[in-house]
Amino acid sequence: MRTLFSENILSPSPARAPPPNPFELLFPSSVSTTSSACSTQSSPRQNEWLTQHLQNQQRSERDAANPFSHASNAPRAHYSRRKGNPKVLFMGLRRSGKSSIQKVVFQKLSPADTLFLESTTRIETASMQSFVTFESAEVPSQLSAIAPDFDHRAAFSSAGAVIWILDVQDEFLTSISEMIQTAVFLAENYPRVNFEVFIHKTDGLSDEYKNETFREVRQRVQDELSDLGHGDRSVSYFQTSIFDHSVFEAMSKVVQKLLPQLPAMEALLNKLCSTCRIQKAYLFDTVSKIYVATDASPTFLKDYEVCSDYVDVIVDIKQIYGWHSQEGDGKAASETSQEDGGIGESMVTYDNSGDTYIYAREINDYLSLICVMGKGSSTAKRVLIDYNVSILHDALLQVFRV
Amino acid sequence: MERNKRQRQRKVLLMGRSGAGKSSMRSIIFSNYVAKDVRRLGATVDVEHSNIKFMGNLMLNLWDCGGQDSFVESYLTNQRSHVFGSVAVMIFVFDISSKEVESDMHSFAMTIRALHEHSMNSKIFVLVHKMDLVPPEQKATVFQQRAVDVRSTCVDEGFAEQQVEFWATSIWDQSLYKAWTQVVYFLVPNATAIEGMLRRLADLLDARELILYERTTCLVVTHITRESEGQNPYTDRFERISSILKTHKHSMAKHTGTMTSEVSFAEMQIKTGDFMFFIVSFTENTNLAVVMPGDEAAFNAARVNVQLARREFNHLDIVEPSGKEAQRQQ
Repeated sequence: MRTLFSENILSPSPARAPPPNPFELLFPSSVSTTSSACSTQSSPRQNEWLTQHLQNQQRSERDAANPFSHASNAPRAHYSRRKGNPKVLFMGLRRSGKSSIQKVVFQKLSPADTLFLESTTRIETASMQSFVTFESAEVPSQLSAIAPDFDHRAAFSSAGAVIWILDVQDEFLTSISEMIQTAVFLAENYPRVNFEVFIHKTDGLSDEYKNETFREVRQRVQDELSDLGHGDRSVSYFQTSIFDHSVFEAMSKVVQKLLPQLPAMEALLNKLCSTCRIQKAYLFDTVSKIYVATDASPTFLKDYEVCSDYVDVIVDIKQIYGWHSQEGDGKAASETSQEDGGIGESMVTYDNSGDTYIYAREINDYLSLICVMGKGSSTAKRVLIDYNVSILHDALLQVFRV
Repeated sequence: MERNKRQRQRKVLLMGRSGAGKSSMRSIIFSNYVAKDVRRLGATVDVEHSNIKFMGNLMLNLWDCGGQDSFVESYLTNQRSHVFGSVAVMIFVFDISSKEVESDMHSFAMTIRALHEHSMNSKIFVLVHKMDLVPPEQKATVFQQRAVDVRSTCVDEGFAEQQVEFWATSIWDQSLYKAWTQVVYFLVPNATAIEGMLRRLADLLDARELILYERTTCLVVTHITRESEGQNPYTDRFERISSILKTHKHSMAKHTGTMTSEVSFAEMQIKTGDFMFFIVSFTENTNLAVVMPGDEAAFNAARVNVQLARREFNHLDIVEPSGKEAQRQQ
């Protein structure tokens, strides 16, 4: 078990776990409370050090597993200080898919209905209420960022990330040159804004073609940027398509970079996974189904898909049978549910040996924890899991209260 | 006494014009296709037989008959008694988007005339299919119209009004499950006995609702709703649950890399402050879904009670009602 926090960087935690008692479950509680205490009490400088340290660890693990995303160290240290809500800007050529992505991810539009969307003529903003308010804006393709009449201060000063949508099924060389211009402009004027590239509309292409185009795009962009002197600028690339879960996965990664609470959440999830033998844990935003944090084990798309589908099942069944509280009892019902802590919890046991397959738990109205359990989490261990997850629950609520 | 152990075979005919959607429906319900996959299906050549084991000793002998004119000709002439003899249920599929309404009705009339000759006591289910192609504001009127026309044809051919049922379906929503649930409910021999026992169980558990559904097809066999749940605004919730569970099975299969038909979970639980829901495997072919009010103690008690009740219900699979009566009298 590796310790993420060494003694000397922690401020003294307020109350240690109760003294060793053979009937109590010890080690998860002590470390989890310290990690939550750390995020609320340590000074910003220590937070930065932690952020970097964690990023390095995770990057080395992630790079081994996921060779497609790059992120360099330097710009990242700043994000823990960002104020306000995470804001994301979509840019790209016309018909590349910006409105579709925005509507599918944030407004739950069915992908088949995106055929009927009209062209956007002005900057459209949308915001999604969740545990933090996500704001997204779409810049129509006619307005180029470098045109003199474009009010770039209004658009970019509050943006956390700019996502360039590249349509891989169309001629993408012009898109690349536009993108380079915008990236250079941003690098010069707004260096703190993350720049991401979605290589979009990859559904229906053969794997070979996908990988080849991916490499080609990455190579070109890297070359052009270094020619223009911005070779050290970090750009992340994602292959996406609205018809499967890849766009949600990519949006999750983009949004994660914008959240200052991310290292605390990841640390908590790592601890949970190592103690409860969970294969993979996700913190989902229930409304949009993008995940806000995950533990450090390698990420596969299929784990995300099964968790995302399970969230759908739970939400649907909750809607069908939760009609009591929707009916109009209104205040009375919500008061009682908050008092009992009407916490939603769910699991599906996959096979007859009793190993839990997927375990889900609601943290608050917007966030849920979904875990794919591995071997060794049988019903006997249920108590351990419940206990650890409730510690995690409390810790997460504390993290977000700051 | 051997009759009790032997499988009860029920012959079900699935007929309609070519391209109406018969094989698509069959593959979605019984072969675990997703709605998108049915594009791959080609025209059915002559009759496709499937034997589907359902609820213990009920065996559905499903005849998916090709709808092209030449096949229909041959059913009505050379194979008349072979095809139309001893039919329990006839499912006729109308494609609502077809332009040849007259010829559809004519072919329907011919078919049920042949049916009346050989199995006059069979039940007819008329499925008005592809309703997703009808604009929503016209759905009700179009369906009613077709139902009226078809009913008059049936009466002309000699069938009683109660023998015919009409359902609007589409593979893209849960109406498909609703219609096929009715078909299955009609075919299950001891549905009332099952319901009686389930009602007693529901009272014991103090459950809000009990739903018994078949494991592989996720079709609802029967359900018991107690008074408090009567105001649930989602009156179509049973078929919604069918389709939710079906999608869940598909996603599980994709994740584990197995076939959807082999996937089945031992237990699923969903607990919230308002209600608690669990699904367990109940008998060999069925799962039971229980909706309880939001009380942890009652929930755990319910789980234990359902496990204990399984033994009782196992009998229902094997013994027919008449056999059971005979045993009781002894």
